Amino acid sequence: MARTSILATTDQAVAGIEDASTILIGGFGLAGMPFDLIDALIRQGAKDLTIVANNAGNAEVGLAALLKAKRVRKILCSFPRQVDSYVFDELYREGKIELELVPQGNLAERMRAAGAGIGAFFSPTAVGTPLAEGKEERTIDGKRYILEYPIRGDYALISAHQSDVMGNLVYRKTARNFGPVMATAAVTTIVQVNEIVPTGYLDPESIITPSIYVDRVVQTEARHYTVKGAR
Amino acid sequence: MTAQASTAAPLTMDQLAAVIAHDIPEGSYVNLGIGQPTKIADHLPKDESGNINVILHTENGMLGMGRKAEGEEIDADLTNAGKVPVVETPGCSYFHHADSFAMMRGGHLDVCVLGAFQVATNGDLANWSTGKSGDIPAVGGAMDLAIGAKDVFVMMSLFAKDGTPKLVQACTMPLTGIGCVSRVYTDYGVFDLGPDGARVRETFGITPDELFAKVAALQREPRCRVDCP
Repeated sequence: MARTSILATTDQAVAGIEDASTILIGGFGLAGMPFDLIDALIRQGAKDLTIVANNAGNAEVGLAALLKAKRVRKILCSFPRQVDSYVFDELYREGKIELELVPQGNLAERMRAAGAGIGAFFSPTAVGTPLAEGKEERTIDGKRYILEYPIRGDYALISAHQSDVMGNLVYRKTARNFGPVMATAAVTTIVQVNEIVPTGYLDPESIITPSIYVDRVVQTEARHYTVKGAR
Repeated sequence: MTAQASTAAPLTMDQLAAVIAHDIPEGSYVNLGIGQPTKIADHLPKDESGNINVILHTENGMLGMGRKAEGEEIDADLTNAGKVPVVETPGCSYFHHADSFAMMRGGHLDVCVLGAFQVATNGDLANWSTGKSGDIPAVGGAMDLAIGAKDVFVMMSLFAKDGTPKLVQACTMPLTGIGCVSRVYTDYGVFDLGPDGARVRETFGITPDELFAKVAALQREPRCRVDCP
């Protein structure tokens, strides 16, 4: 039997998330954001969280709602400032949230490294910039690199298009974004999907996240938001 | 180049986008970042099926990105790097974020065009933070893109709102990448950058001599040449 649990409700899916956990949250802007899992996490009540995500929320839905509920101590992200990131902006200006700014590719690769068992890696991104300050630098074959360490999550909350009963996942279009990487980088990966299908239904050649990375799956009603204005 | 301007007036950003589009080789894999450079896509030559002649990469995990989506085409799961809904093109593909940025870092993209606050004649780029205190910092994919293509071009106005040149001897704003920009397209001219300084390729609505008088970085650079091949 597969170890992946198929759960009936999002509240069951986020049960047990402890205070002070590090949670990887998928999405690029709103595409791929696990809105329903985040809403369930707000109801669940875990606080003092460290969140790893590309952005810091839009308007008052999804991640922004979690920030507004004052559950987040620190956020690691690449692009917090957006036209409608006013919830984050206010918390940051008031000193009520800590920010670690990470270039987007390093953010993805640091999670990939965590999932792949890599101890650290040398990246050319950010060399010579303020974001490289305090980091170990090495020149390899005449090119400068900085040392970057993995980012591990206690939990990953991601969304996917379909899961089979074993937990194999396929995604839709650019909503894939951070999902497959975050699924590998957390101790417990929790996924909301538009549809759960029987095992054997998905073409094995098209599965993007194999079930080994997936712990809990819940089916939710697809909710779509588009960001008003560019980032 | 000649000692004369190519056009009677400086270019609008839309005209500049057309100049850049013309310079991108057919079949290139190209990233146009966010903001102004995305206008370049509107000027890329199209084949007989109406598809543009280059393959656009978007950092959020797609090759073969199409134009902005309209009406019924809008799909919240399909956006560009600016989070604007877009459409697919034939032969497009999707991949996750780590692959998308591996594509950049690994040197697989041919051309990337970025906006800038400042560019130094040695190719240093400042485009992610003005360095003003109180601003909320945000970097996104800027630092990865800056070092992530075989040719990194900048598209910007040559002068800031206060009239100071944005092509400088050394950036005063926080850097995005070092020595990474190879060419700068501006409303007043196009400049090739390299370890030996800045070369003027072409000017718009201004002669090279007039430009040297206005842009100290060009003027003071002893190896700056106007005899660009």
